[in-house]
Amino acid sequence: MMNVLRHRLFWPIAALLVLVIVNTVARPSFIAVTVQGGQLYGPLIDILRNSAPLMLVALGMTIVIATRGIDLSVGAIMAVSGAVALTIIEGSPDPDGMGTVLIAIVTGVLVAFVLGLWNGFLVSVIGIQPIIATLVLMLAGRGIALLITGGFITTINSDPYRFIAQGYVFGLPFALYVSLAAVAIVALIERRTALGMLTEAVGINPEASRLAGVRSRGIIWAAYAVSGLLAGLAGILYSSNIMAADANAAGLYIELDAILAVVLGGTSLMGGKFSLAGTVVGVFTIQTLKSTITFLGVPPAVSPLFLAIVVVIVVLVQSPRLRGWVARSTRWRVRPAASRDTEGSEVAPS
Amino acid sequence: MTDQSMLERPTLGTAIQRFLSRRASWVPFFAALLILVLMFAGAQAYFGNFLTPRVISSLLLDNAYLLILAVGMTFVILTGGIDLSVGAVMAFTGMLGASMLRDGVPAPVVVPVMLVLGASMGLGVGVLVQYFDVQPFIASLAAMFAARGLAFMVSLASIRVDDAGILWLQSTRIQAAPGSWFITPTGIIAILVVVAGALVLAYTRFGRTIYAIGGNEQSARLMGLPVVRTKLLAYVVSGLCAGLAGVVFTAYTGASYPLNGIGTELDTIAAVVIGGTLLTGGSGFVLGSMIGVFVYGTIKTAISFLGAEQSWTRITIGGLLLLFVVVQRLIVARSRRR
Amino acid sequence: MSSQPAPILQVQGATVRFQAEPALEDVAFRMFPGEVHSLMGENGAGKSTLIKGITGARPFDQGTVTLDGEVVAFATPAEAQRAGIRTVYQEIDLLPNLTVAENIMLGREPRRRGVIDWGAMHREAAAVLAELGVRIDPSSLLGSHAVAVQQLVAIARAVSGEVRVLVLDEPTSSLDTDEVGELFRILRDLRDRGVAILFISHFLDQVYEICDRVTVLRNGRLVGEYLTRELLRIDLVQKMLGRSGDELAIPSRPAITGDARGAVLRAGGLTRGRVHGIDADLAEGEVLGIAGLLGSGRTEVARMLTGIDRPDAGRITLEGAAVAPGSPRRAIALGLTYSSENRRTEGIISELTVRENITISLQAQRGIFRRMRLTRQRELAASWVDALGIRPTAIEQPAGLLSGGNQQKVLLARLLALAPRVMVLDEPTRGIDIGAKVEVQRLVDELAENGMAVVFISAELEEVLRVSTRVMLLRDGRLVDTLPAERLTLETLLATIAKADDRA
Repeated sequence: MMNVLRHRLFWPIAALLVLVIVNTVARPSFIAVTVQGGQLYGPLIDILRNSAPLMLVALGMTIVIATRGIDLSVGAIMAVSGAVALTIIEGSPDPDGMGTVLIAIVTGVLVAFVLGLWNGFLVSVIGIQPIIATLVLMLAGRGIALLITGGFITTINSDPYRFIAQGYVFGLPFALYVSLAAVAIVALIERRTALGMLTEAVGINPEASRLAGVRSRGIIWAAYAVSGLLAGLAGILYSSNIMAADANAAGLYIELDAILAVVLGGTSLMGGKFSLAGTVVGVFTIQTLKSTITFLGVPPAVSPLFLAIVVVIVVLVQSPRLRGWVARSTRWRVRPAASRDTEGSEVAPS
Repeated sequence: MTDQSMLERPTLGTAIQRFLSRRASWVPFFAALLILVLMFAGAQAYFGNFLTPRVISSLLLDNAYLLILAVGMTFVILTGGIDLSVGAVMAFTGMLGASMLRDGVPAPVVVPVMLVLGASMGLGVGVLVQYFDVQPFIASLAAMFAARGLAFMVSLASIRVDDAGILWLQSTRIQAAPGSWFITPTGIIAILVVVAGALVLAYTRFGRTIYAIGGNEQSARLMGLPVVRTKLLAYVVSGLCAGLAGVVFTAYTGASYPLNGIGTELDTIAAVVIGGTLLTGGSGFVLGSMIGVFVYGTIKTAISFLGAEQSWTRITIGGLLLLFVVVQRLIVARSRRR
Repeated sequence: MSSQPAPILQVQGATVRFQAEPALEDVAFRMFPGEVHSLMGENGAGKSTLIKGITGARPFDQGTVTLDGEVVAFATPAEAQRAGIRTVYQEIDLLPNLTVAENIMLGREPRRRGVIDWGAMHREAAAVLAELGVRIDPSSLLGSHAVAVQQLVAIARAVSGEVRVLVLDEPTSSLDTDEVGELFRILRDLRDRGVAILFISHFLDQVYEICDRVTVLRNGRLVGEYLTRELLRIDLVQKMLGRSGDELAIPSRPAITGDARGAVLRAGGLTRGRVHGIDADLAEGEVLGIAGLLGSGRTEVARMLTGIDRPDAGRITLEGAAVAPGSPRRAIALGLTYSSENRRTEGIISELTVRENITISLQAQRGIFRRMRLTRQRELAASWVDALGIRPTAIEQPAGLLSGGNQQKVLLARLLALAPRVMVLDEPTRGIDIGAKVEVQRLVDELAENGMAVVFISAELEEVLRVSTRVMLLRDGRLVDTLPAERLTLETLLATIAKADDRA
């Protein structure tokens, strides 16, 4: 058991460690954590804090990808939930009131949840390919967010709302607690109920799962709903960080970062077995990579180029053909394929 | 439609039947055309001054780049793939072209460089898809990232273009017909791309192989068709079109900005799908994609006529896309049952 | 055909192995010009593997192919096509989104200065179609035609140009009687023009109607080559199914009759597709065998009984109450369980562990939130691994790594963990080694002994006879009879399922 676990997470963790070490060697201040007024500061703390929205989105994406799907709409959903929350606070007479902020957050997240349900409906009931089904909302979502904010970037002043992304509790950023809580809750639901195993079953072999009596439609639907909900929460975090609802910039390209994080964490895009721990590592890796890029003096706008390079490396490593070449050149079998039966060859036409 | 054999008397029924059996794949195209006509009619009835030569001419002018992108995208989607990189590649080639022009490189050198650059980005996607079994979605996503990053690497700020030759493409208004009908060289380029795309798809083995691959890649291979080469080439065509769109868009805006074309890949896909091309591949036409682009342009124009938020454009397009995808899904489900 | 010409195609020593397991071993095969030849065998006999070798889809690991006296080695279907070997597959492999003419001509379409000459293409396609006597519009879309017509277009593509060997892999599986007649007319015509035709069908009537010669394969080996007119139908079936030499000590239990028999499950008039009006009843402690050739409808019946497929008509009662097991989930809740013949695609979830594979159905029934504790799962899985002798015993390894026989036992454990009332086992012994086979047979026997109602399907008639208490005999989608096993012998069984309808 330990063996399997180590094997699966070995490379993601190794990649993260290498990044941290490279950064530390380049600038020793990277791992320095300073205490100011009982609060921790430093590049590492920033990475933990700034990764919160991506963490939430990537968790949902992991579940969706496990069902053989994909959710492109998460960025747009973030924009919508942020827009909803901030518009409520802006329109309220008491933007600093705890009640106002709570209502704003709950409404924003609920709207996001409904959007997730909509995606799930298109995929699991209507049977539209996940890429296309979520593309619809990816297109329309930002438009809806713009409508909610009336085409402007809504900015607010609300201390409780600011606290979500910028506040500190027990010396650590509150956002970190949010992202850790999300990880814990999702892990608990997936692994302490049967949902995780059944999700994997649906992702690995939908027909066999159906025959085994698994309610695959509901499981797929729920995956998109959860993804929407988490994206909504991420939208709240994002808007709290900049105290503005920017319908165009909120969550831009986050779906790609999230997909990358999931893949980096060792979950295959073909669905099936997923690793939440891997996704967590993947998220930190991406956030560290971005911080590294910034440190190198590369404008943040150019960072997609580096992500592209990482994506290409990752997909090439996963590519069967490249593995075949490696296997042939090293005379080393990649994976024992004992699952093939003689009848496997006969199944097709016969 | 009746069950009995329809080979004998040429009645209206047989004519329809014959048309349907030959041209069933054109039905979505006519649906898109119908939507366009209804939109024109509705807009004209509502605004009273919508269907003017000026507005219609601008439709082509304003969407020339999108039309070119849509032609390339049609090739890729017909094979059953997708290319998310077109918007970013357009921005990147535009940026590089603008910076070369600024450095005094003559336009006749710059334009071919932009085209080759676009085509090679497409080739990269094709190689990943074809040789490394990367899903088209992921491969073109990587290209999109790369192109966007490269665009910013060229310059973080926008670059003005004052090359007379490039600007001429946009500023020249050729009177196309009596009245205020006009067409620009960019419009002519876009129309030529559409015509070339349509001819290639209809009259060359490359074009027919694209349809064959989209119909059933395995079958196409069993038929002995050059599947690998054709799929690679489809992505190259899309990249080439993105490069050309970079030229046209640069001319259109008179400047290049690295954030150009964000979300354009989605607009392009939406236009292609609305134009009747099946996302599963194998069915659709470049002419349909042209109609799809015009539908997109009309929505945009109508919304600006209304003085409403431009964000309605994306919402409407998203809604139309949904409608078409659901209808496609129903059609596919029905044909499966046959 | 009396003056025997030289064979146009000759295969010698053909061997194909998948992961060291032989799918085809040292098979010899030959075809003569102007003859229709049939290749017969049950699932897994190696028919497809042999065809793939001949048509270049998957070359033989060892062995030679001689075409017209020359040794050839086709690496791709395209090369075989150029040499005149054309194939029409069971699944129509044409392109419904293109026109009939394109489907016939694509790949060698007439061109003028690099541009497709549509006019010439339509004319040539029309000529090919006319030669076959098919009257359809060449410029219509292929997808707008019925499956039978598409099949004919596939043949038109295969025979346009120079064809020496035509391979038809189950071309009639989706055709009705008239359409089969039309196909046969075309085949006879081609045969008379000197084409060597390889015709594969699991319909014995058709084989006897059209074929001159038949080659029988069993378990990847050659049984023999015969002239159809010299081979009795019953002998053919026997050669296909073979006699497994193992003598097994499973006593055939007497059928339960009279008052002792209370039917748990009753089905009346089950109909779906080609399968029509099937009646069945099943009592506790009974093993109901379903015997029939491939395509007789045995799997369809099993799937209708267990909610996998919804019947078009018919009713099912469970302990007297009418039930509608509309989905596998509903059926399982009712106690009706099914194990698919396609273990890999519809059974094992290969990347999940043995434990998860055993507990998944039970867990799915309990619901997501009533997760079984891990210790309970382990106990349950371990106890079934122990009881069924699953090897290796490690319950935390992916089930996909087990051998076929052990995967089958995992699937049985999955059903047994549900404590079902009825188990429908579709070819549970297919493709597993002889030791595991005996174990599965014994297990079925024990289950029945303990009061379980079991439906047992197998292509091997001896096995059906040995395991079952009663046997349903299916032929061409219809129920011929249901008889107690002790009143059947292998010979009577063979005779019944092989019998042509017209020789009742």
